[in-house]
Amino acid sequence: MKLSDAVFGLLLLALGAAVIAVVSSYPTIAAQRVGPSLFPGLIALGLVIGGLILIVSGWRQRTTVPWLRFEPWVRSPRHVAGVVGVIGSVIFYIVASEKLGFFLTSLLILTVCFRLFGVALGRSVLIATIATFVIHFAFYKLLRVPLPWGVFKNFAW
Amino acid sequence: MWEHLAQALSMVFEPYTIMVMVLASLFGLFVGSVPGLTATMATALLVPVTFFMPPIPAIAAIVTATAMAIFSGDVPGCLLRIPGTPASAAYTDEAFAMTKKGRAELALGAGLVFSAVGGLFGTVVLIVAAPALADIALRFSSFEYFWLVLLGLTCAVFIASDRPLKGLITLLIGLLVACVGLGNPAGHPRFTLGNAELTGGIGFIPMMIGMFAVSEVLRFAVDERPPAQLVVDKVGNIFAGQWALAKKYWRQVLRGSSLGTLVGALPGAGADIAAWMSYAVSKKFSKEPQKFGTGHVEGIVESGAANNSALAGAWIPALVFGIPGDSITAIVIGVLYMKNMNPGPTLFTTNPQNIYAVFLLFIIANIIMVPLGILCIKAAKQILKVPRRILMPLILVFCIVGTFATNNSVFDVGVMLAAGVIAYLLEENGFPIAPAILGVVLGGMLEENFVSSLIKAEGNLLEFVARPIAATLAVVTVLVWFTPIVIRRLRPGLRTR
Repeated sequence: MKLSDAVFGLLLLALGAAVIAVVSSYPTIAAQRVGPSLFPGLIALGLVIGGLILIVSGWRQRTTVPWLRFEPWVRSPRHVAGVVGVIGSVIFYIVASEKLGFFLTSLLILTVCFRLFGVALGRSVLIATIATFVIHFAFYKLLRVPLPWGVFKNFAW
Repeated sequence: MWEHLAQALSMVFEPYTIMVMVLASLFGLFVGSVPGLTATMATALLVPVTFFMPPIPAIAAIVTATAMAIFSGDVPGCLLRIPGTPASAAYTDEAFAMTKKGRAELALGAGLVFSAVGGLFGTVVLIVAAPALADIALRFSSFEYFWLVLLGLTCAVFIASDRPLKGLITLLIGLLVACVGLGNPAGHPRFTLGNAELTGGIGFIPMMIGMFAVSEVLRFAVDERPPAQLVVDKVGNIFAGQWALAKKYWRQVLRGSSLGTLVGALPGAGADIAAWMSYAVSKKFSKEPQKFGTGHVEGIVESGAANNSALAGAWIPALVFGIPGDSITAIVIGVLYMKNMNPGPTLFTTNPQNIYAVFLLFIIANIIMVPLGILCIKAAKQILKVPRRILMPLILVFCIVGTFATNNSVFDVGVMLAAGVIAYLLEENGFPIAPAILGVVLGGMLEENFVSSLIKAEGNLLEFVARPIAATLAVVTVLVWFTPIVIRRLRPGLRTR
């Protein structure tokens, strides 16, 4: 996804303005000129100026550079599915890992991603299973990370 | 000194550390030789594992893995015409042209031998320069540190990136991220949005893993190029002809290593930029510039030495001032803080055995690179056959679990995803990522020294340049603003990334 400089400029301008709005309510420390708002305030000022420059340069190129342009991959369902799969997997882990447990979540994520990238079904399930056990062993047993058991709580080892 | 050196030796040659180094070497060689997996990514993936190690093995893992990865990035460049890491991109076409001429072993051998030589050269400079600089740094006040950090950030924006404005913007975003939480001179909770997880600031590890590993997985997901084909079946004797090369091109090796160490030491500019610049310099001063690009080994010798020396060079400012020389040392600084080995001049005086151990690790890593590198070249055919469509989902799950492991919180996994997506989008749009990392790492230090200098100066800004070293640093910072003009002439072929 390629955005015109002008669009980025607007986003940065908005970010800078929002930061300035937030820090303006920060307290000032008596007898000192510098409070917690000074440093982020200066950064935000920089973002606003940078944003304005980008808006100008994007506006100048508006005839040659479109506001929003997608790379060819967005017309390929396989690649779109890949991106959605990767981002969706992480969100799925955040939402479901506690309830389902690490085993099911990891197994599902790996199998789905392998399939989306074109690995055969049997191979996907096999590698996903082995990898899930190896990762669980490494992190849960060796590094003692409390990976959630979820539905397998009663079978925890 | 000898007593500390002995302590360092016993720390480094402990069986556990040796085991970590061997495993990290194999990991680094593998990651480097798979296109799309970079040395920085190797470091980011190592962090959650090193989290559970004592300091010296943790540093050992990162030092060896990155040294190996920068060398092994040459392997797919030579055999597939795809650089394994960005640091090999400068001479990939040259190496592939040699392969097509049937001289793959000479190209790979030169890559290996002169990587080790460059790495050792950089290490020697690190050993000599770092303690000397630390002596000077002991006398620094907040004014000097303020300018030094500013100089570092300026270098990252004006030297390391093609487009200073976009680099400046990602730097500001990084600095803003560093503002989140309670960790500021006033101790005021900033930008926490009422979220308890954010009062401690945005997690450094999740951010690094997101920016360097998750973004690569996304990049793979949208990659439409078909997998490349191997052109050679067998690689012959790697050492044949290397001695002759060393005798013929010793000046180039020396020049490449020196330039590499220097570029590495400049904040923000790492091994990839060192390689591009050395290749350009090599061609400019060569007696046979017309041969460059046709499968001529001279440029590979010089820039192959440069990228590995840059790796060691980057540790100089990182250890002495806590200012990272490249993205890898940016992560390393985060690790050092976690291990209570806070970088800075006092590291050299209070616990010199730790510093000696780091030096030793660099020497060992660059020496074992040669035998392990040969193994890697021999196994290249098998490594390059490992399909990325199987690797990438595994890396993704490893990223998730690794991020979770450092804090046992899924909130961090969310931070990782956000950082990955944002880094991907920014890079797609020509915004360099390195300045953002430096901003995140140095934001706190910059603000602290800025604020305490302001308070000391009682509002008189001239105080900032009243001390001689501070004034010098200020002048150099301003001079750096003009370097893009000079650099643009030196490296016409450099891509944004």
